This record gives sequence, structure tokens and C-alpha cells, in this order.
Amino acid sequence: MRNPINSVIGDIKPSGIRKFFDIVREMKDAISLGVGEPDFDTPWHIREEGIYALEKGRGHYTSNAGLEELRKEISNYVYRKYKLSYEWNKEILVTIGGSEAIDVAMRVMLDPGDEVIIPQPSYVSYEPCAIMAGGVPVVIELKAENEFRLTADELREAITDKTKILVLPFPNNPTGSIMERKDLEAIAKVAVEKDIFILSDEIYSELTYGCKHVSIAELPGMRERTVVINGFSKAFAMTGWRLGYACGPQNIISQMTKMHQFAIMCAPTVSQYAAIEALKNADADVEKMREAYDTRRRYLLHEFNRIGLPCFEAKGAFYVFPCVKSLGMTSDEFATTLLNEEKVAVVPGTAFGNCGEGFLRISYAYSIEKLKIAMARIEKFVDRHRK
Amino acid sequence: MESTTLKEKILRIIDSNAKLTASELAIMLGSTEEEVSQAIAEMEADHTICGYLTLINWDKLGEEDVTALIEVKVTPQRGQGFDTIAERIYKFDEVEAVYLMSGGFDLTVVIKGKSMRDVAGFVSAKLAPMEAILSTATHFVLKKYKEHGIPMESEETDERMLISP
Repeated sequence: MRNPINSVIGDIKPSGIRKFFDIVREMKDAISLGVGEPDFDTPWHIREEGIYALEKGRGHYTSNAGLEELRKEISNYVYRKYKLSYEWNKEILVTIGGSEAIDVAMRVMLDPGDEVIIPQPSYVSYEPCAIMAGGVPVVIELKAENEFRLTADELREAITDKTKILVLPFPNNPTGSIMERKDLEAIAKVAVEKDIFILSDEIYSELTYGCKHVSIAELPGMRERTVVINGFSKAFAMTGWRLGYACGPQNIISQMTKMHQFAIMCAPTVSQYAAIEALKNADADVEKMREAYDTRRRYLLHEFNRIGLPCFEAKGAFYVFPCVKSLGMTSDEFATTLLNEEKVAVVPGTAFGNCGEGFLRISYAYSIEKLKIAMARIEKFVDRHRK
Repeated sequence: MESTTLKEKILRIIDSNAKLTASELAIMLGSTEEEVSQAIAEMEADHTICGYLTLINWDKLGEEDVTALIEVKVTPQRGQGFDTIAERIYKFDEVEAVYLMSGGFDLTVVIKGKSMRDVAGFVSAKLAPMEAILSTATHFVLKKYKEHGIPMESEETDERMLISP
């Protein structure tokens, strides 16, 4: 029989996180700091709106790009929050999570052989999505001494004649790093000069601490060359509702809508109705969650630095990224041994790119009580293994 | 950090978790232990913080405590409004809470007793005979679902996968 599998797909490696997931699943009493989603449940008034939509029998298709009211609310929201203006009926597409938007954007923008610059450590799907769209991933290894921010020099060095897209994944999973206005201005200058497009994954935009998120699309000359990806998962604790959106210039969004129409039809209707409520009435909930994350973030930064695993001040998302090099173990060894000896699950930095070697992704989407228990175990582990 | 906002931030955290120490709060809020301790001491002194309690579900011990909510209509005293009568009521140990209400009656009095007879005895012997009190209506609590923002029975389980990207 012939091989039924497409050779490009067959060659893509499964996510490095998968292996770890399988080990942890076997361990019943493990404490996990390895989760990439909020610990809060979706605020009740949003869930209640979803229930109401079900009661009303709103289980039909919506228009491909999403409910008119939802797109109007998204348009209001991104303007209110990030000074971005997009026309609801031409420049906004509602997708199944930010993930679909990443996939579809790459498919509609890349020709075979086009290069996609991907700063790492970063979320696991950019590389496979680029490959599946016929593109060639070009990785920039971000540096700890820059707090894992992308610099203009690094970008300039990675750009070739074939570069089409830069993926800009900030606030960043797994490092918690952010890009401030001055950092983005330097990147924008290179993007305009070299005529490349930006895929700005801003799914964690509501979770920054001490400074407000800035979208690169807001900077002069960037709107027409940027697709902003965002969604409801992180800000409103709605991961399982699978709802995201893309905002961008009409020529790109209309093609993305065409792809979305053929592959997906429309995002889940009940989720869309709940999302309208989220955008209209959940500012206070978001603020409350952000405050809680911030206190945990400070606690973890303090603890990791105290026990001698240095950690730069991550100002975004809900991750800190401590360095374990001083123990003479690789990320993978540290994570595996920690799990076996102390039953604490963390994700090795290498799951997000080779340059994550020597680091761990620690999620603080957990109550402070849980974090305290986990940190006590990690401290015991570090003391035992430090020669 | 402005000291007023520090106080607010402390209160927002300890409102649901009074077990955190001053040094833990200082770390969580990016402040110093001295600042936090001082802020707490000030708030204790000016009765912003009125006490520290434990939220107990007594049902778990099989205790047959009863709680009653009593609607009370009173005649306000000249020059003192409702304050004097409210004080006379809240000084009883049996009284958990007293609220001045808008609407069809004046005071809500929350009473805790060992039994319904206990509560009824208190109402008929102490409360109802007070001169300023015109009438009472006693409602017994059958089940507490939620107190101080915390559901009494819910068993929180983490539904998330242990590891996710």
C-alpha cells in the first residue's frame, strides 16, 4: 500500500510538550506548574450569557466572519484598549481561537519558499504552521541578557530577500517577556525598510504588569503590514470556548475569511454570544484576575531569585522563566528529575525552541497556596542537588 | 507606591485570605515588610480592619446551630434616630449582625442560637418587649449556600490538563 501521509506533514515533529504530558499523566499526586491556561473559571455573567444563547436555540451558523454585533464590539474594544481602528465589516475575522488565525494568516500570505522569521522561545505552533503553509521557518534565538526581547539588530540579521513575515509573539509564552513601545519602534523601522509583514500574536495583551500593552499596529506605517491576532482565552479565561480574532488590512482579512469559510464555516455560535458579553461587561473581572496574577508573579520572582535560580523580571502573560544552568543540568534533566523526586511538573524551556535550554517555564495560573507548596518542594530539590 | 493604594491592595488580598504574613504580602505587592506591617497596624487602629475570623461550616461537625433573620420595626428615638435601639440590640451576644434597612421594615437582626426554641426565646423575652420595638418577623435559615463570597459546599477540582502549551 502507498504511504497515505503527506511527506511534509509526516516530517513535522510532534510538540516537545507532548512527551512531558504523557509522563505527568501517569503521576496522580503531582503538582503541576505546567499549565498554559488561566486557573480562573470564565466569569459567571459570561457563562450565563452562553447558557441564555443555548436556551434561545442559538445553535445555528453565523456569517463566516462572525456575528455582526461581536465584530462591532471587537472593533470598539481594540480601539478602546490599544488605539487600533478596524472596520468591523471588512477588517475583522472571528476565528476558532488565536490558533486558527495564526494558521490561516500564514496560509493566505505565504508563497512556497517564503521565509517566516520566528523569535524563540515561543509558542509551539508558529513553526509547524509556517511549514504547513509552504513557508520556511527562520528562527531567531532570543537572548536572556535582552530579557528575551527581540532587537532590531537580531531582526536585521535574519532578514533575507525571501523574508515575508515576522511573527511577533509578545507578551510571550513561555518567557513572560514583553515588548515596550521603544522596542517596537525599532522593529517597525526595520519592517518598513525591508518591506516585511508582521503577524503580531497579542493573545496575552491584557496580562501585562506595570506597563500597558502596546500593539505594533498602532505605530506609523505598520497598520497596513500587520495582522493582529488576539482572542478570549487568556484575558477572559475562556480557553475552552475556542474563540479568537484577527484584525488587519482588508486585502489580507478578506482572503483569510475565504479560507476560514472553506475550512471552518464559522466560529462556535454560543461562544460568540458569550464573547459579546465579555467585551461589553468584563473589564472589572479582567482587572481582578490581572491583580491576582501580579501578586503571584511577584511571589515567584522573589522565591526563584532567593533560592538561587535567577529569574529576570517577566512583565507579561502568566509565566516566569528561571535559569537552572547553575545546577549543571539540562532543562529536560531538571524537569524530569524534579518530577520524579518531588512530584512537581514544570515545562522545560526547550519545548519552546532550542534556545530555551537552561530555562524552565513556570506558570503562575495557580492559587498562591498551591504555588507555596510547589516552591517549598523546588527549594528542597535545588538544595539537594546543588553541590 | 501610594500608601492609600497599598492599604487597598492589602485589604483586597486579606479579604479572602487572612493567613498571609506581612512579609508574604510585602513580596506579593512589591512593598516592604515594614510598610505592610505599618499599614495593617494603622487599619487595625482606625477599625478599617475590625477583626480576623475563620469561615466555618459548622454543619460539618453535626452541630445543630440555627440562624434566624429577624425583620424588626421600631420607633426611632428623638435626636438619636435608630442608633440607640440598634446598639441595645447588638450588645446581646446572641446577635451576629444588625443592619439598618430601607423598605418595609427598619432593622435586620441576625441571631444565632442552639435551637429554634433558643432563638424564639430570645425574640420573645428580649427583643420583642423592648419599648421602641413595634413588631418582629422571624425567618429561620434552612441552609447556607454561600457566605462571605465563598460557596460552603463546592468542591473545587482543577479541570485543566496537567501540562498544556
